This record gives sequence, structure tokens and C-alpha cells, in this order.
Amino acid sequence: MNPADPSSAERVIGEILELHAHAGPLAQDLLLPVLHAIQDRLGFIPPAAVEGLSRSFNLSRAEVHGVITFYHYFKTTPPAHCTVQICRAEACQSMGGDALLAHASQALGCALHAHTADGGFALEPVYCLGQCATAPAIMINDAVHARVTPDRFDRLLAQATRAGEAA
Amino acid sequence: MSARIYVPADSAALALGADAVAAAIVREAARRGVAIDLVRNGTRGLLYLEPLIEVETPAGRIGFGTVDDTDVASLFDAGFHHGESTHRLALGLVEQLPYLATQTRLTFARCGVTDPLSLADYEAHGGYRGLRRAVSMSGADIVAAVTASGLRGRGGAAFPTGIKWNTVLRAAGAQKYIVCNADEGDSGTFADRIVMESDPFVLIEGMTIAGLAVGASRGFIYVRSEYPHAIAALNHAIQTATRAGLLGPDVAGSGRAFTLDVRKGAGAYICGEETSLLESIEGKRGVVRAKPPLPALAGLFGQPTVINNVLSLASVPIILDQGAEYYRDFGMGRSRGTLPVQLAGNIKRGGLIELAFGVTLRAILYDYGGGSASGRPIKAVQVGGPLGAYLPESQWDTPLDYEAFAGLWAVLGHGGIVVHDDRADMAGLARYAMEFCAIESCGKCTPCRIGATRGVEVIDKIRAGAERPQQIILLRSLCDTMLNGSLCAMGGMTPYPVLSALNHFPQDFGQVAGDNIAA
Repeated sequence: MNPADPSSAERVIGEILELHAHAGPLAQDLLLPVLHAIQDRLGFIPPAAVEGLSRSFNLSRAEVHGVITFYHYFKTTPPAHCTVQICRAEACQSMGGDALLAHASQALGCALHAHTADGGFALEPVYCLGQCATAPAIMINDAVHARVTPDRFDRLLAQATRAGEAA
Repeated sequence: MSARIYVPADSAALALGADAVAAAIVREAARRGVAIDLVRNGTRGLLYLEPLIEVETPAGRIGFGTVDDTDVASLFDAGFHHGESTHRLALGLVEQLPYLATQTRLTFARCGVTDPLSLADYEAHGGYRGLRRAVSMSGADIVAAVTASGLRGRGGAAFPTGIKWNTVLRAAGAQKYIVCNADEGDSGTFADRIVMESDPFVLIEGMTIAGLAVGASRGFIYVRSEYPHAIAALNHAIQTATRAGLLGPDVAGSGRAFTLDVRKGAGAYICGEETSLLESIEGKRGVVRAKPPLPALAGLFGQPTVINNVLSLASVPIILDQGAEYYRDFGMGRSRGTLPVQLAGNIKRGGLIELAFGVTLRAILYDYGGGSASGRPIKAVQVGGPLGAYLPESQWDTPLDYEAFAGLWAVLGHGGIVVHDDRADMAGLARYAMEFCAIESCGKCTPCRIGATRGVEVIDKIRAGAERPQQIILLRSLCDTMLNGSLCAMGGMTPYPVLSALNHFPQDFGQVAGDNIAA
């Protein structure tokens, strides 16, 4: 399935809505679980999905759009193959988080909040991964890594690159 | 007899390669024909030693840390699986390590000891005794026990838990709710995460008791999306508890119902604020509500709602099991029981330190923490998360007590401590506090939404040396507005780190010490 293909995305969203609607009409408190399910499957929430969601939940498009855009976690564009998140919070700063971010930015060749030129990697901030006693911490896709030195970052990045090439 | 080996599966250990260590142990044991029984326990909270693996011996569990997968072959060579402790990573009996042995583990008694997902293990270590006692009590008696224990909200605000519960008990409502705030977004905190990953049943038990106490039949645990392991552990434990009749239509044979759902956050720090969290569970933008009405009277879906932090709810089972007096007898002043101190940042031995209230900050930093990780002098410690004050060395003899911290214009909060060495730029950290507030503000009230952005600008000017005295007056005035005019703690407490940095470290703002520090 190609998540960027509108018709297959629509089908996936339809399946998710059906799955959540088994107990009756969709109440608004299921909106976040549904948005999570969509992003889990597609990697992002296509803006074209807003209209269908608003109908299913009996909400305005503005309300659905408002919820999606309020939460940092929800993406509305296809994600990079590999997302690198660097913790920016105080505990990681105290252990060289700023230097690690500068190193990561240089190693990837892209700035914070940006994608690499080939679109393979994205560099994003994150505010606390709960690894404050073993700082600094980063996340590469779904895996958290702690006590990350620049050397360790390079090894982890090389692993992620190899995994990306294999896939 | 096979050797029982414990390798934690808590996310702190996983982030340091625990899965690779576990795989190496299985591989090496197979290669050598050694029979092992591998248990994936939680963390002991001795995070500086992670991955900390343990081997069961007749004398107790012997620890090895910090273990890398490349150490495993040599551990077998040294006979660690027979309980030999000659390897260079051997630590001796884990429970006799001073870091752990001197703690008072009440809420965290089982963390690292048990298999977090085993209900049998939980019950074998005192689990569900509190609930079984609660089942035979009236709601009012349960509330009275929690009130008498002196337990105060461990999420930061320190509001007496029993008083909150009593309000919900007495409120009229068709459907009451128990909501657990597990949106642990503060830097320097990980105790909620450890409970959820390393002892999820204790939270489920505490919420179930809360449900029986106030007459609520539904509960929600709102967990941040950054904690996938905690979410998985809770969902697994909820299923297990439901199958065992400890959740569901007839809780432990009480004839009363209590069901639990996990809701996943989506990266909004503000959703740790209780009313914003309720909005988020309702499927809305996490915008803060004005209070009153209190959530206790009109909370989730407008119904009476107990909303408590993970640690508050996880402390309830032992209060019911051992009695209110047992819990109340720990601590000092109006801070009763234990505080799970979370020691983090630039510290040699970071981890979870559960202690009765009253120990000094200095004892935490040096006796437990062993000083900074960098070996440089400690300059400042931030207690209570990103909205807590920075404390200079002159304040480190303060005991951990809510009132003592309040007296310093600081916040004990949830007991998260982030250590900075002498390289820290306090003006930079003050700027960060404003920047974080600007990023995470829900936008509802002006002092927070606009004030945080103006705060960044003003601090930038101060750091650039442009009209510094005037800008410092502006910064203080802005902080006054945020403190007194914000709807919630996000804007209302961001001035704590900012002004404490300015007051205690004026030289970092280009001021001469003692110059214009009167607020």
C-alpha cells in the first residue's frame, strides 16, 4: 500500500472508522484514538481525511483540523523514512544535548525541523523521553537511546541507514 | 537447576541496550549448554547502573552493571550464572547496595524485583491486598483512610488526595470517573514511567480502590505518546486483571464494576495540566479550562471526576494494606509518607530514590548522586520540573518538604531534580524556560500565550546587553503578569525558573552580583 495514494489512504481510514464504530455512533472522545490509528497505519494524517472524519464524528471540519493541528505528534505530511528526535529538555541540555544536536545536524546535513535533501531523514526536537538520569536521549523512529555521545550517535545513524537501505 | 537471570525490560534499560544483553545471554547460554531461566524484570531505579542484570543466589540477587552485550561472554567465563561475583562488573547483593538499602521503598517496593506483567508475581509480593481490604469497606471509610494517611498529590500540586476524593464521593453524578494523569512531560521526571513499566498493577489497583471509594465505575489512564512501553505494559496488565476478575463488572467479588481504558496523548505538554488533559480525553484540543468548576464536581464529560497523578494513585494500595498510620508515620510536617526523588541531569549516580520527606537536597546530590557526572562543581539544581525554581548551593540544605520549598519561593513538586554543573548558562536556561512555554502554551490566556514570546525577546536583549537595566525591569514586570494573570501553572509558573535564575545568578545575565536583585 502506498500511504501517499489517496484512494488507498481512504480505504485504510474507512477500515479504521469501521473498527471504532462497532459499539455505536462515533463519540468525539474516540477522535484521538482514530487519529492515532490513522497515523500508525499511514505515517501521517492526510489533510484530505478531514472531511470524512468530520462527517463520521458529526463535527465541523474546523474542529477536526483544530484537533489535528493542536497536537505536535500528529503529522499532516508523509514522514521521512527515518525520523531522528533529539531531546531538548533541561536534563539532556545539562549533559551536552546542545552539542549533540549540533553534531546530529551536521552528520545528517539538515537543520532542526527539516528533512535531508533526499528526504530520507528528518531531524526533530522532542521534549523529554523520560531518560533524564541517563541523558542525553534521542529517538530514532520508535527506538529510544540514552547516554548518546556523538560517537554513539554516528553508530546508531549508520545502523539506521543500513536498515533503511535493507528496507 | 537452571540459573535465574534478570535483565530489565524497562525503557531506560532498553535505551542502553538491554535487549542486546538479553539476546547475548540466551545465545551464550545455549552455546555453553547452560540452562537459564531469563526473567525480564522492571528497573530497580538504579539507573546509573543500567543495564543492571541480576542473578538469583540462595543469599539473594547479585547484581552486575553496567552490562554491555560484549560483556556477556566474560560474565559466563567468570561463572556469574553460578552466583560467582568475581567479574569486574559484579556489584554484590543488589539489595545491600547503599543507594537502595537506605531507601524507603513503599510505592516502589516491587519495582525491579518482580516481572511487571505477572499478576502472580504481583500478588506474591503483597499486591492486591489493599484492594481486598477496600472491598470490605464503605466508600467513606476508604476516603477517610486516604485522608488520614496525609497523602498529597504527587504530580506537583500537593493537594490532599483524601479531600479531593471526598468531594467526588459527595458529589451527585450519574457516572463518576477516575482519571490518571500519566502525561509525565517534565524533564527530570521518570517515576511515573517506572511505575507503569515496572509495576503496572499497582497503578491499576490504586485506581480500582479509588473507584470503589467514590463510586466511579470507569477509569482512564492518559499516557503520553512518548511512552510506548508504558502504554503496552498497562494494556497488557489491564487485560490480565480483567481476566482475573480484578477489573470488570464484579471487581474482586464486590458486586461493583470498574473498567479501565488507556488513552494515548499526542505530544502536547500542556495536557499534563488536569483540565487540558480532560479536554484531550474528550477528543478536543488540549485547551485549559477555567476553574471553577473543579474537576471533582464537573470533570470528564461534565461528571464528578477524581484526577490524580500516577504516583498518588500508586501509593493508595499500600495505605489500604498497611493502614493510614503506617504511611503517615513517614515524613515531616505536613509532608507525609515518601517522595520518589528523581535525580537526573549532570549527576554521577542518577536514579529513583524513594525516601521519607525530610532529607536535604545536599544529601541527595552528594550521598546518593555522588556529585556531578562531569566531575565539575554543581552550579544549580532545578527541582520540580521545567516550571520549578533553580536552587543555588546556599539553598541545598533545605529539607525535601513542600512547605520548606514554598518558603524559598521554590517548588518541590513531583521531586524531579535536574543537576547542572558550572558550565550552565543560567540566562540561556531562563530563555529556554520562556521558549518552552511559548512552544507548549495552549493559547487560551494572554499572559502565557503572548508573555512567553515576549519573555524570549526580552531575555535575548538582556543577553545581548541592549538596555540591560531597563530590560531586566521589563522581564520582572512581565513575570509578575504571568504569575498573577495566567489561567494555569504553565504561564503561572514559568517565572519560577526565570526569576530564580535571575535572582541567584545575576552574573549570567550580565549583572554584577547584588545589583538590582530585589524582585
